[in-house]
Amino acid sequence: MTATKPSQQKITSILDSYERDKGMLVAILQDIQAEYNYLPKESLGQISEGLDIPMTQVYSVATFFKAFSLKPRGRHIINVCLGTACHVRGAGRVLDEIGRQLDIKPGESTEDFKFTMETVNCVGACALGPIVIIDGKYSGQMKTDRVKTLLESYD
Amino acid sequence: MVKKSNGRLSSPQELEALRESIIKSRDSSQSCIVICGGTGCLALGAEGVIAGFKRELKERRLENKISLRVTGCPGFCERGPLVVIKPENILYQQVKAADVDEIVSATVKGSIIDRLLYVDPDTGKKITYESDVPFYKKQERLLLGSNSNIDPNVIEDYLALGGYAALAKTLSMKSEAVIAEVKKAGLRGRGGGGFPAAVKWETCRNAEGDTKYIICNCDEGDPGAFMDRSLMEGNPHSVLEGMVIGAYAIGGHEGYIYVRNEYPLAVKNARIAIEQAEKMGLLGENILGSGFDFSVTISRGGGAFVCGESTALMASLEGKVGEPRAKYVHTSEKGLWEQPTNLNNVETWANVPLIIKNGADWYAQIGSPGSKGTKIFSLVGRINNTGLIEVPMGVSLKDIIYGIGGGIPEGKKFKAVQTGGPSGGCIPEKLLDLPVDFDELDKAGSMMGSGGMIIMDENTCMVDIAKYFVNFLEGESCGKCLPCREGLKRMSQILTDITEGRGQEGDIELLERLSATLIDTSLCALGSTAPNPVLTTLRYFRDEYEAHIRDKRCPAGVCKELVTYSIDKEKCPGCGLCVKACPSEAITDMGKKKPVVLDQEKCIKCGACYDVCNLGAVIRK
Repeated sequence: MTATKPSQQKITSILDSYERDKGMLVAILQDIQAEYNYLPKESLGQISEGLDIPMTQVYSVATFFKAFSLKPRGRHIINVCLGTACHVRGAGRVLDEIGRQLDIKPGESTEDFKFTMETVNCVGACALGPIVIIDGKYSGQMKTDRVKTLLESYD
Repeated sequence: MVKKSNGRLSSPQELEALRESIIKSRDSSQSCIVICGGTGCLALGAEGVIAGFKRELKERRLENKISLRVTGCPGFCERGPLVVIKPENILYQQVKAADVDEIVSATVKGSIIDRLLYVDPDTGKKITYESDVPFYKKQERLLLGSNSNIDPNVIEDYLALGGYAALAKTLSMKSEAVIAEVKKAGLRGRGGGGFPAAVKWETCRNAEGDTKYIICNCDEGDPGAFMDRSLMEGNPHSVLEGMVIGAYAIGGHEGYIYVRNEYPLAVKNARIAIEQAEKMGLLGENILGSGFDFSVTISRGGGAFVCGESTALMASLEGKVGEPRAKYVHTSEKGLWEQPTNLNNVETWANVPLIIKNGADWYAQIGSPGSKGTKIFSLVGRINNTGLIEVPMGVSLKDIIYGIGGGIPEGKKFKAVQTGGPSGGCIPEKLLDLPVDFDELDKAGSMMGSGGMIIMDENTCMVDIAKYFVNFLEGESCGKCLPCREGLKRMSQILTDITEGRGQEGDIELLERLSATLIDTSLCALGSTAPNPVLTTLRYFRDEYEAHIRDKRCPAGVCKELVTYSIDKEKCPGCGLCVKACPSEAITDMGKKKPVVLDQEKCIKCGACYDVCNLGAVIRK
């Protein structure tokens, strides 16, 4: 898979939808990431010009917040919740198992860009811990022996 | 001024007239199927159930006879998806899409479906009505109680319950009087610090500045806490109403709701609520014809824990990196864009309309001497009834964990409760009679925080928990100040060594010295409270640290490097489940009815065998 090239027009329309408000930088980055699954390098330059803020500020914000990725990500985003409630119910072992099945570490993508595995600090669905979210779909009460079937249900 | 558009209420009288007409148009004796559409129940499959009810009611042409309401979280997440039949308040739990047909039929007939009722684990008896379930019975749900009567996307539901009446009352009061009322009520900030809300409001009101900003902090970062999410998802108008009242008292005209990126449903519901309130003239320009203007914008966070800290949050709102600054000058004097800014947490704002509507005296009689009102806690971890609860301040930990939470599952022994998130501490069994309020938790070395309560049983390793929180905070430290950036890294290294069998004499003392430095010298509360989980586990569970360091043993059987797995030959029937589960082919099937054999050399200690064995034949030591 090759990463989608950002369209200048699309980025301009996102910038315009926030009236090029400097305070909306985080929201703008979120919208761009929602569009491309990551933050393409070209888009950061365009934001810096569009909002009239230094590139260093755009870069620092893009790397500071956990939600943003500067690398292309896989077709399916796996989020393993490592909140305290999930932790005491064995989320660490679920994370290890997914990593072992896919042969990747947190933050990495599989070679075929099918999956990217990330971790999240609590999604507030603690009653269902340990919880794994794939493309926004929640799977609760995960156990290591259910990991394989879960991953196989994605193509 | 913008043109008055249709539908905007221009006086409190018009609001009351509208309310009356809404109540009149509703038949309270009509059946209503209420289903929780909060994140927890949705994750358990509520979406299919909701779709099922819609289809079924339409197909049977019952839409005029039985109404359907999708609400926010009523709290009993453990038993979701939850369905309540009103007006009787019959509670059906763990409802599946396949049950929909039967529920609709039973509702038409007025009968009750026995198999979907909650069974009281103590008595074994089935409980029909929501209010009789022990989990709910022992609560005082001033805030959460409204959730099941409100579709968060229908403002009329909130108005029917008396919503925005407090705002109307506020607009007839002097702003000083509003602050005085909140002060008299004794409302303290629910976000963690417990600072008196009215004092903050007063400082901001008296501060000099061209504009004053009002912020609602919904960056609920404490893992294990989700009350703000549930309030924002389930009853966003109560938060908005609180903010407008606060803005009026302080003299602010612009507001922000800063929501965590991980809460998409809260963002959606807050956005709809803002649109609806603006349309009705309860928000925006000339609110209820009073001449007072106040608008609210939603801002999404980017997944940084430190942004829950007020100055970091404001930096993030300005489009900058979420780094805190020293608070020599309070944000109530110089905050967002250098202007006086008043920030309160979601739950704090949601309390405000209650105080104004019912009066400070009514509010002040609830709770403990120093902490007034109720507090929402999330009960999670190793507990039977996971969910959100609301109790008056001052209730004991024991009443919460055993009375409401139903104790520890699988007959395990209670070990500790962690309160206050990563900045809080672990409280041991001997302190279970502790009344839960801001001051008592502080005294125990923990804190209220935003109200997360993580219950831990005998299978939880306290050193591992301390390591978990330190690692969490090390990852979330913004890196601006040295003590937090480097101190947490060193603490994490020491704790990792201890849990991996490389602990040395003197490690505990070193942890204590590092902790003292962090407390004294960190820039913001993230660093200065970060040692709390380490210090409280050292204070109450020092022997566990010593077992790891001296005996290279993890008493709870959690720390991978110090644990071995083995097979209990007496209990193992040779079913082979673990053989299939083992990723490293360390377990060999020896034939039917013969116990399996585990090769220690090949074992990678992943615990997969332990997870699949239902017979307790895999021993973890």
